Amino acid sequence: MRFLDYFRGKPKSASLAKDRLSIIVAREHTGGRNTPDYLPQLQQELLAVLARYEVIDLANVTVNVERSGDTEVLELNVVLPDGTSIVRASSGRPATV
Amino acid sequence: MSKVVVVTSGKGGVGKTTTSANVATGIAMTGKKTVAIDFDVGLRNLDLVMGCERRVVYDFVNVLRGEAKLNTALIRDKRIETLHVLPASQTRDKDALDPDGVGRVIEELKQMGFDYIVCDSPAGIERGAQMAMYYADEAIVVTNPEVSSVRDSDRVLGLLAAKTSRAQAGINTAPIHAHLLLTRYSPAMVKRGEMLSVADVLELLGIPLLGVIPESKAVLQSSNKGTPAILDETTDVAQAYLDVVDRFLGQERQHRFIEEEKRGFFGRLFG
Repeated sequence: MRFLDYFRGKPKSASLAKDRLSIIVAREHTGGRNTPDYLPQLQQELLAVLARYEVIDLANVTVNVERSGDTEVLELNVVLPDGTSIVRASSGRPATV
Repeated sequence: MSKVVVVTSGKGGVGKTTTSANVATGIAMTGKKTVAIDFDVGLRNLDLVMGCERRVVYDFVNVLRGEAKLNTALIRDKRIETLHVLPASQTRDKDALDPDGVGRVIEELKQMGFDYIVCDSPAGIERGAQMAMYYADEAIVVTNPEVSSVRDSDRVLGLLAAKTSRAQAGINTAPIHAHLLLTRYSPAMVKRGEMLSVADVLELLGIPLLGVIPESKAVLQSSNKGTPAILDETTDVAQAYLDVVDRFLGQERQHRFIEEEKRGFFGRLFG
């Protein structure tokens, strides 16, 4: 069986594991750590407000905290349904580490 | 100068207690006065793995609450003169560990002349785990070549870099020195592409490799007996832990147990 797999070039499970981990580790390093716990809730509540005016999918709303130098920037991205217009909002504050 | 070492991982069942027992025993074998502290309050097991469970009278929580002197709670190992164990309590009380109390006990151990204080962390990232790592100078991050373990180790590295005394002390204090210990490694599976390799895990976690412990029956057999594997030098696990201890104490040792062992016809037949 393994002999046949060799010729089929089927991806080995170890390389799948590594690929999946690379993505998740990178994501946790950029966003997962040191970000406020309220972000998922904020995302939900913003979506509820937006839903009163537009039909928006949760996948099209992203809330991020980015750090540049001494300031933290809370960034909100909303992709409107037609896909052409994008609402962006951001607010900054001094970083508290 | 005494050193505080935390053995941590995030995920349970990867070999923290086994590693704490073997590393503490191995360090003590070199003549350094060593204590292994069980931080798993409510689920103590280090005493069992080290074979001193019947000699537990007082525990870490008794000492923290002032119900027992540190000296009376410490269990002196019967095999290695310089080795001591401070067991965890069996009563579940999540507030039993507080940073000030733990700090006082660690300070007292230093005053008593302990060279190495090995803190066996509970699984998870809650209070017990955070207390175990809080005063550490060095961290041994125990990881299995498996997705959930690697991810949890990455989380723990984040905590070591943020929620510890060294991390909070400011820029003039060196951060905790974290080492990777890869356990339950199977070179044969790695060769077949069925297990993450040492190189994969090193690339993902980005910390230096302290050693690789091969998957082996000797680990279960030694915990059955309450004798740390490192005491029986004939096993591959003992050899691997002896190398780990030597490297940890600053000696150069070539990494072993990474490549598949070459076995002859009879080895394949009877192994």
